[in-house]
Amino acid sequence: MTEVIQPKEVLYCGVCSFPPEYCEFGASFKKCKLWLDENDQELFNKLYSDEALATATSSLSIEKQEKIEKDLQKKQAKEEAKQERELQKKLQSKVILKRIERTKRKHAIAISGLEVFEIDMKKLAKTFASKFATGCSVTKNAEKKEEIIVQGDVGDAIEVYITGLLKEKGLLDIKVEQIEEKKKKKPTTPAIPPQ
Amino acid sequence: MFKKFTKEDVHTRTNVKSSVQRALKSKFVSQFEKLESVIDEIIPKKSAVELLKCEDKIQLYIVDDEVVFFQQFDELIPSIKIVQKYPDAFPSVKVDRGAIKFVLSGANIMCPGLTSPGAGLPDAPGYEKEKIVAIYAEGKEHALAIGKLIMSTEDIKSINKGIGIELVHYLGDGLWNFQAD
Repeated sequence: MTEVIQPKEVLYCGVCSFPPEYCEFGASFKKCKLWLDENDQELFNKLYSDEALATATSSLSIEKQEKIEKDLQKKQAKEEAKQERELQKKLQSKVILKRIERTKRKHAIAISGLEVFEIDMKKLAKTFASKFATGCSVTKNAEKKEEIIVQGDVGDAIEVYITGLLKEKGLLDIKVEQIEEKKKKKPTTPAIPPQ
Repeated sequence: MFKKFTKEDVHTRTNVKSSVQRALKSKFVSQFEKLESVIDEIIPKKSAVELLKCEDKIQLYIVDDEVVFFQQFDELIPSIKIVQKYPDAFPSVKVDRGAIKFVLSGANIMCPGLTSPGAGLPDAPGYEKEKIVAIYAEGKEHALAIGKLIMSTEDIKSINKGIGIELVHYLGDGLWNFQAD
């Protein structure tokens, strides 16, 4: 009962996170194949040589095999299209920093349009709060979307920070735009004449 | 169980007391006896085990931000990463190639997928029902899912109809993609 089991090193695909032999069932097979070709030539040859493919498919009838292949291809195409769409959406959207006047000479910055980029809003708010030593919170705005409100006139610093953050994610051409919102003057209610 | 599982399903996150941790380890070993020699590698003595209580009474146990095992009711179930690391320590069954696609989308495993020529079940007496098994696939080296036997393996062979294994955790499900940080 004291046989020692050695831990087995398992390589995981850098694209879909599966062990490479299961990549063919994932949604991004083409990319996975490229990745493996670059990263582990030996395994690549083992998995995708003609011989290996032939043995893998030998136990199934040809029609069944074709059907499965077709289904998989369909799924993969769908997934690719989806990713493409998401990327487009990301590229088109922009981040808006709105400068809101609170009282005379005091401002708050509302950051909206971040939700597309898969950024953890709460964490970012916390970072801002400690970075600028101000109050910072996540709230829902008028369109029911989440935005970060930073107290204090720190628009420029935030712009730099967010562009840096997006660059890290590999998104270079995202617009970060600053706009200003003037405090609306209270509509003067006409005084009700005393009766 | 983990078809849809995200961070939002985690309710609380706490550290586990070292005495509880010891009890957990011995329980895990008693379930999978071959792990005895490596349990200290899976959960080093000085490490902090964290307990994540989640939706549906699922509890995840985490060491170094990796899910090691989880439980819903009484028994502990290893995560796939652990099974792939210590493949010999867990009872296993094998499905045929046609079944892989369905398993990877979360389907329970039907008996014919376990009895066809490409598949493999252990010889008699096999495993009792309710046992946790690692699921391998024809022509593949690593496990692709964890399941719970609904029938004993002998029954699967003789009846050969209906659901044989209830799928618990598989490659690409919510738990697989779960990141604990």
